[in-house]
Order: sequence, then C-alpha cells, then structure tokens
Amino acid sequence: MWKYILKRLLMMIPVLLGVTFLVFFIMNMTPGDPAAIILGDQATPEAIAQLREELGLNDPLLLRYVRYIVDMLHGDFGESYKNGISVASQVLDKFPNTAILAICGIFVALAIGIPVGIISARKQYSALDNVSMVLSLIGVSMPVFWLGLLLSLLFALKLGWFPSQGMGSGFLPLLRSLVLPAITLGTGSAATVARMTRSSMLEVIRQDYISTARSKGLSEKVITKRHMFRNALIPIVTAVGLQFGHLLGGAMLTETVFSWPGLGRLMIDSLNSKDIPMVLGSVLFMTIMFSFVNLFIDIVYAFIDPRIKSLYKKSGFKKKKAKGVAA
Amino acid sequence: MDKELIRVEDLEIRYETDDGIVYALNGVSLHVEEGETLGLVGETGAGKTTLAKGILRLIPSPPGKVVGGKVMYDGKDLLQLSDTEMHKIRGNAISMVFQDPMTSLNPVMTVGDQIAEVISVHNPGLSKEEVRERVIAILAKVGISSDRIDEFPHQFSGGMKQRVIIAIALACNPKLLLADEPTTALDVTIQAQVLDMIQNLKKELGTAMILISHDLGVVAQTCDRVAIIYAGRIVETGNLHDIYHNPQHPYTLGLLESIPSLTKNVKRLNPIKGLMPDPTDLPPGCPFAPRCNHATAKCSEAVPELREIEPGHFSRCIRTFSEGERK
Repeated sequence: MWKYILKRLLMMIPVLLGVTFLVFFIMNMTPGDPAAIILGDQATPEAIAQLREELGLNDPLLLRYVRYIVDMLHGDFGESYKNGISVASQVLDKFPNTAILAICGIFVALAIGIPVGIISARKQYSALDNVSMVLSLIGVSMPVFWLGLLLSLLFALKLGWFPSQGMGSGFLPLLRSLVLPAITLGTGSAATVARMTRSSMLEVIRQDYISTARSKGLSEKVITKRHMFRNALIPIVTAVGLQFGHLLGGAMLTETVFSWPGLGRLMIDSLNSKDIPMVLGSVLFMTIMFSFVNLFIDIVYAFIDPRIKSLYKKSGFKKKKAKGVAA
Repeated sequence: MDKELIRVEDLEIRYETDDGIVYALNGVSLHVEEGETLGLVGETGAGKTTLAKGILRLIPSPPGKVVGGKVMYDGKDLLQLSDTEMHKIRGNAISMVFQDPMTSLNPVMTVGDQIAEVISVHNPGLSKEEVRERVIAILAKVGISSDRIDEFPHQFSGGMKQRVIIAIALACNPKLLLADEPTTALDVTIQAQVLDMIQNLKKELGTAMILISHDLGVVAQTCDRVAIIYAGRIVETGNLHDIYHNPQHPYTLGLLESIPSLTKNVKRLNPIKGLMPDPTDLPPGCPFAPRCNHATAKCSEAVPELREIEPGHFSRCIRTFSEGERK
C-alpha cells in the first residue's frame, strides 16, 4: 500500500512538469508585453526595454522555462509582476478561502445528490424519478454564474437574507456569506452526483447478491444501505472527488460573481494583467491539489472494495521492474 | 415424515415485458412434506427458478407479477403476508441457495459478516460474540475453517463460495431449503462434494428441500419425489421409482432417453427434437404436442388435466403408457 502511494507521488512529477511547460508556453505565446502592462500607458519605450531586460524576458523561451523550474525546485515560485509580492504567499493566503467554499459546496452536493440518486434508483421510472432526473439535467446544464446571479438577485438584493458580495469575517457573518456561493457551487455538482448515484445504484440493484440479501429476510432499508450503496460507491466517490478537485482549484465563475477572495479570482485577475508568475503559480497549485485529491480517492477505493486493496498490495515496484526487464 | 410443510396451489406468474407477456408459470401446484426432498426438473426457461423465487416472493416487480394462486405454509398464504411478516419467513423458515456462487455473495463484505447478518436479523437478542460463535459453528458444518471468517468472497474458490452460500441458507435451521441448481456452476468433482454435504446437513437438521435441477442423475441420487416441469406447468409428478421406472408423460420419457448410458452400446444420444414453445405465445393445447411422437389431433385442443396413474403418480397426458409402448 505504501509502495503504491509512493509510486503515485512519483508519477505526479511528470504531470506537474507537463502542466507548467504548457502554461508557460501558452502564456508567452499570447499577445501583450508584460513589461508594458506593468509600467502602464505612460511608459517610455526605454523604460519598457529596461524592464524587459530586468525580468529576463529577452532570453530564449526554453532558457526562461529551465530557470523557472530550477527556481521552483528551490521553493521559489517568483514574484508577482503586478505588486512584487511572492506568488507562494499570495496563493497560500487565498487558499483557505477557496477551501472553505469548496467544502461547503461539496457538502451541499452530497446532501442533495446522494439521497436523490438513491431514491431515483429505488423507484426507477416513477414520477419522482423522472422529475428528479429532469431537474438534475437542468442542474448539470445550467451555467453556474447565471444561477449565482439569480440567487443573488432574489436572496440578497430582493429579500436581503444574505450578503451578495464578499466574505464575512467572524463565524456567523462568514456562514451567512457562504450560503449563496455554496448553493451555487453545490447545485451543479449535486446534479452530477445524483445522476452518477442513480446509474451506479441501478447497476447494483440487479446483481445476484441483492437477491441473496433479500432471501435472508433483510429489510429493504438494510439492503439499500449495506448491500447496494456500498457496492455502488466507487463511481460515486470518483465523481465526488473530481468535483471536489475542481472546486479546490477555485471556482472562478462563482468566486467572481460573489466577489469571493479565493484562488479562482486571483487567477482571473492575474490572467487579465498577464501576470505570468502568478498564473503559473496558481495553476501549479491547482494541479497539485487535483492530483492529491485523485490520489486520496484512489486510496479510499481500497477501503471501499477489498478486491482493489489486494490489487494495490500486489502492485509494488518489483513487479514493474520485472516487467520492464522482460520487455 | 408425513406432515405437509408447504403447498403451492395453482401459482400463476407472468413477466410483462416490452415484447409481450411471458407466461412463466401457468398454474403450478405441488407440495412438500417435512424433511422430504422434492426434485424439480425441467429445461432452461421452464419456470423452475420463477417457482422458487415465487414461493419466497422474490420475483422482481415490475416486470414480474403473481397473477393467481396460493402458497400455503404453516396455515398461512405467503402471498397475502405483509412485507414485515415475509421478512421473518425468508432466511429463517424458508431459505434459498442460488445458482451462481460467483455472483451471489456481496463482494465488499466478509463472508463471516454475510453469515452473521442472517443470524442476527432473525435472532435480535443475540450478542455479537454469540452470533460469531454461531457463524463459526455453521462454517465448520460446511467444512470451512474458522480462520477464514474475516476473508472476502474473492479469496474463495467457486466450491467454497457455494459452501458459504449454503451456510447462509442453513444458518437459521430453516424448515425448507429451495436449492436452485446449487451445483450447476461447479466442477463435477466439487458437485459431488457439495451435494453430499447438502444431503448430510439436510438429514442432520431435518430440513425439507426443493432441489431444482436439469440433471436427472443428480435428482435420482438425492430426491424422494420428483416433479417434471414444462412450459410453466407440472407435467408429471411421482416418487423416484414412478418417474424412473414407469414414466408416463412423453416429455419425461424423452428426458430419460436423452441421458447417455454407460451399459448400452449407443452410437448417438437421443435428444428431444424441437424447442420449448415461446412462453409469450403458448399453444392452446398441450404445450409439448409439437415435439411429441405420440401426439394426436386431440392433444392440440386443450391442455390436458393432471391424471392420477397410480397412487401419488400424476401425468398431464391423455395417454397412459404401458411397458411396451414407450419406444
């Protein structure tokens, strides 16, 4: 098991290299000179040229990339072009805000998605099933920012129940300011989770071991919980994990609509000002979060399904090496 | 031995599918006495499994539908019981062993837990330790050592899994065991072991059994009485001697003739020609008439009634066959 985790951690290195490489090159390919953006409209060409020299923008792209990677390996993610504050400190500063929102969002998604999915599967083709599946289809296809705007119009502007902008400080204000963005984030995810739960449950419902469970004289409640749901969990956990990974990276649209001071907004702002180190830093951070969530899910699999656990136990380094030699 | 345990009367079950109504059982009547073994023989699609599941009310609905009939057990009609009352019967008074051991156990639960579940649901007063003791005792009875109690189904072979399933079925000393082709999915050597084990446990616990099979050899070895089922109707029933030495229905005759013989020098097997009629479109007369060598015009007019040929031996054929006529 530990070997498996170590292997997965090592596999993250090429992923991170690939992501930074891509982002680095794309950012440099886009039009606009960072030096000109930093110095503003009144800058003289001489000043721009001087700044370009200072930032090392005149060096070949590949050299700049290698320089960036070497700095990164020393724990230096560079400074923001815009305000000169270190990228790492800014990202880490915003991350807790995003994490709170992501956790609340995924909580909303689970609280709605899983019960709806289970009930729909148990009562397949009933009116209840049809209604909830249509609703979830709407939920999946609805643009998040639009839902956010609607919620904010109704509950913040018209009814005044919750703030429409920003993040409250102190426990209760924070909670109040979380409600609308969390519902906005959670609704889309809830729809995905509900659909995944339903289809995964339906697959399990027809299995022979469910007949066995029924023939034991267990109640439907126990059968649903103990026999169906646990077996249906893997695809559900996968879906929830992917959603959570996305949310942790900062929900750009939701954070923008509600002016939530999180990673998503940080990234949008840096993209607009072509703040390359900032963009790179936040993308890198998102990738790391996403990879960790994925790894965590794969570890959770082992606790859900004993067959996967025994598979992990077998997949150490030795086997791989033996295979490589044979090939 | 002579007390009647269960009596099925005119049981009619249909499956309502998109392709039409499948007439799975068309008025099946049979009874089992305490401690007795009844062999239920028929080809694939004859309605054997539907009958067993129908007794325990495990027919999935939709598409399945019990149209008529009674299942009398202990003075009550099982078909009229509430769901809660039925839960108390299943796994406790009447239990079932399914055909495919590979898919009949929950893959994410230890075998010990799966056996414990049926014991604790029917004996709510027992403590965890007492339940575990009982699990170990029943595992010992089916020949599995107690140190495998916390293993998962994927760590067991097919024969061992079937032993676990039998342990689940017998854990609460049921009065009646419905064994749906319990050895079909197993190797021939394992088949004999499992059958022997079922026989011994049955004797030890005094359980009656309906053994569903398409293997007349297995039935001859284990059963006291035999019922032959064809297209959802019992076509012949009697004790072992009646069926094997004085078969009356042409279908039974055909089944017996299609068994390869070790003593006679036969070049080719002698199968019954044709196929069973489409259960969505049964002929008005005797359903076997199109395949029968002895069919007359009268056979396709109406379904013949069961006639008593000799005490306890019934046949659903208008003819009576004497020794010489059978060829």
